[in-house]
Amino acid sequence: MAASRLSPVTRRRLANFRANRRGFWSFWIFLVLFIGSLGAEFIANDKPLLIRYDNALYWPVFNAYPETTFGGEFETETDYRDPFVRELIEGKGWIVWAPVRYSYRTINYNLPVPAPAPPSAENWLGTDDQGRDVVARLIYGFRISVLFGLVLTAFSSVIGVMAGAVQGYFGGLTDLLFQRFIEIWQGLPTLFLLIILASVVTPTFWWLLGLLLLFSWTALVHVVRAEFLRARNLDYVRAAKALGASDVTIMVRHVLPNAMVATLTFMPFILNGSITTLTALDFLGFGLPPGSPSLGELLAQGKANLQAPWLGLTAFFVLAIMLSLLIFIGEAVRDAFDPRKTIAQLSTATPGEPAAAVARKEAAE
Amino acid sequence: MSQNPDLLSVRGLQVEFRSAHGAMKAVKGVSFDISKGETVALVGESGSGKSVTALSILQLLPYPMAHHPAGSIRFGDTELIRAEERTLRGVRGNRIAMIFQEPMTSLNPLHSIERQINETLFLHKGLSRAAARARTLELLRLVGLPDPEKRLTAYPHELSGGQRQRVMIAMALANEPDLLIADEPTTALDVTIQAQILQLLKDLQQRFGMALLLITHDLGVVRKMADRVCVMNQGEIVEQAKVADLFVRPQHPYTRKLLSAEPRGNPLTPPDNAAEVMAADRLKVHFPIKKGLMRRTVDHVRAVDGVSVTVRQGHTVGVVGESGSGKTTLGLALLRLHASEGAIRFDGTDIQGWQAKRLRPLRRQMQVVFQDPYGSLSPRLSVGQIIGEGLGIHDLGDRADRDAQVAKALEEVGLDPSSRHRYPHEFSGGQRQRIAIARALVLKPKFVVLDEPTSALDMSVQAQIVDLLRDIQARHNLAYLFISHDLRVVRALSSHVMVMKDGKVVEQGPTQRIFEEPREAYTRALLAAALNLEAMTSPEVRT
Repeated sequence: MAASRLSPVTRRRLANFRANRRGFWSFWIFLVLFIGSLGAEFIANDKPLLIRYDNALYWPVFNAYPETTFGGEFETETDYRDPFVRELIEGKGWIVWAPVRYSYRTINYNLPVPAPAPPSAENWLGTDDQGRDVVARLIYGFRISVLFGLVLTAFSSVIGVMAGAVQGYFGGLTDLLFQRFIEIWQGLPTLFLLIILASVVTPTFWWLLGLLLLFSWTALVHVVRAEFLRARNLDYVRAAKALGASDVTIMVRHVLPNAMVATLTFMPFILNGSITTLTALDFLGFGLPPGSPSLGELLAQGKANLQAPWLGLTAFFVLAIMLSLLIFIGEAVRDAFDPRKTIAQLSTATPGEPAAAVARKEAAE
Repeated sequence: MSQNPDLLSVRGLQVEFRSAHGAMKAVKGVSFDISKGETVALVGESGSGKSVTALSILQLLPYPMAHHPAGSIRFGDTELIRAEERTLRGVRGNRIAMIFQEPMTSLNPLHSIERQINETLFLHKGLSRAAARARTLELLRLVGLPDPEKRLTAYPHELSGGQRQRVMIAMALANEPDLLIADEPTTALDVTIQAQILQLLKDLQQRFGMALLLITHDLGVVRKMADRVCVMNQGEIVEQAKVADLFVRPQHPYTRKLLSAEPRGNPLTPPDNAAEVMAADRLKVHFPIKKGLMRRTVDHVRAVDGVSVTVRQGHTVGVVGESGSGKTTLGLALLRLHASEGAIRFDGTDIQGWQAKRLRPLRRQMQVVFQDPYGSLSPRLSVGQIIGEGLGIHDLGDRADRDAQVAKALEEVGLDPSSRHRYPHEFSGGQRQRIAIARALVLKPKFVVLDEPTSALDMSVQAQIVDLLRDIQARHNLAYLFISHDLRVVRALSSHVMVMKDGKVVEQGPTQRIFEEPREAYTRALLAAALNLEAMTSPEVRT
């Protein structure tokens, strides 16, 4: 039922998306990785997932229990990695651990060699130069990168689409002034400004997002603007005006769907750019606060510790694979929205295509 | 070349388009011959496969997506199907030339006229630059382009549509081809220019003894130009006959249907003293021409220049004129969709200068139907949403009531009410135009601007739409402003006619009077060109 309710255009696009096998599989791989990393606390954590102690169940992932709960001496939160505590608990029950028994900030004090330690059975990808497990930091770092990218992309798209829509729809002086402003704004040296701003305020996730948003919203403006400029003279927009529809109604209902094609096509690439920018800032040390799990910081560690190649290589491969997956997805999305991809399917007129082309197609039938 | 008396002989030609969703046969076994110096017309409605047939002669289809499961095309002694690229290049533009419908897109916008024509001369004749230039000039003179010396360096956008089509013809004639294929050569042109171009083609054909394959949907053009006609329908030739025979004794039912498809009937005769619905007094729409560093306004394009018009209840005022005459702008200005000067009275109130908010309640009483049924419907909304949009804006009725009104409007325009859940692209051009009419009707307007509602449609569909419009007008006592360049349609629908040229009214009056005793020279030229395809030399007529 759900499939039959999709418009034929949407169905054709889905088919096109699926037809790009590489992008289609990239999409699923990325989705699995992303959803997996959303549950990072269940995959890599220094607290157990579940404890059975004295016939009661405890969920250390969700709740903080003082050590006294398990017969310990301190009122502070239990350090489950402490062998003494472990013995206490296992004496009266059992513990279920996450697959990786390290969180992103857990320091392994029992390293056989000075940090950074090479890969071993305990630390699958070794530790960084502060003795923290690389796998754990990767999982959390991937999550924060993608989340940051997604939020930044969403915000820049919303602002970009609104700005582009207003410019394109009203045109004239509004358009002229806005365009000149954007040209000047884009001329600002973004990275340097970010570095300066980052040294004034202590960068947090949201601060960084705000700072990057200041400059990233312009990416979509000209695409959306062009769509609106074209569409505002279309007959169905005129017809809507003749019906008495207000400007906002026309923009949202009639023109925006056209602009969404261009927007969605661009989005994976903007996401890619956002992730790269965050990584670059982290690499330079102007990014997320110290201690945060971040791919850029791991790269910087790799550069500082050339004798420990697992750091640099891991960060490189994770970044390269993640960005490639996103590019492949982006290509598939582009295919999905490309009207020329279905030139063989003559009967379906593609929206946004000039009527003459459709008429010609129909003449060819 | 002796065994084949015909210049071109097409036998059992089939064309199939392959796609992801299976093959589609566009041409299903078509056979015809063209002998030297003969004019053969391929007639059919859109989708009949006539253009595909013509394109396969020069093997210009998108191969390998298109292919020929069977058939042969022999030109002289050469088989053209699956011929080598080298052979084809020798034929194309040299022995068989082609002109297309849309002269703007068929010429390269970045090359001057001289360069475009020279190209064929260099390719096939290997002429020197000076010789080619002389020949180009000769050709331009031949096709009657005014001031050919000055035009050599002109670019396509500097020429009018008719002049561009003349350049296209000059290019096609450059190598004195044996066969000229003209694919809807005049469809995109104004009627007076259409008449001139047809006359030119006829003259040139006689002069060079060329064969002409004319592809058209217009039976008037066929009657005027062709010796023999092939009527195509759904990929097959249903009837082949001499022109004289075909028009007198059509054999196939489809041919008969096509011949009877001309808009017929007479306009309604409402009382002359009916209430005035829409009137404009010396309406002006001027576009400033800005020049110089300070963008000072140096002049105006007078799109509509002091036009007064009155439309009464139940009446239809036909606005006739060629492209650029300001007729569409006039329609939009009356609806206040375009800024203008001068009084606009709707129902006795002057609505000129009203704010959009104040105007909104009136919007439901004045509606518009546009020319292009593909562009005028939002492709992403279902038919029900498109028609119901106005009801939502004006807050008419609740959900169920709106749905009922949409269904009723669809029924009124002759569509199945259950089709309201489908999307525009699932409908044919004629059906889409019915949807557009339903969108206007559902608001129960008093006044409707019909901006060339039939021009983009096939002949038989045109007649149906005209009948539908007349029917609806009679039922609801509507006032129409009917904008068209097609005088036959105007005659079938309008009680009054207004002839416009360059933003001014040349002549206006009752339809019968205008058609039977036109007073102005321009009106006479327009009528001759539109109804008899005759080119009249009149100072007012452009080239």
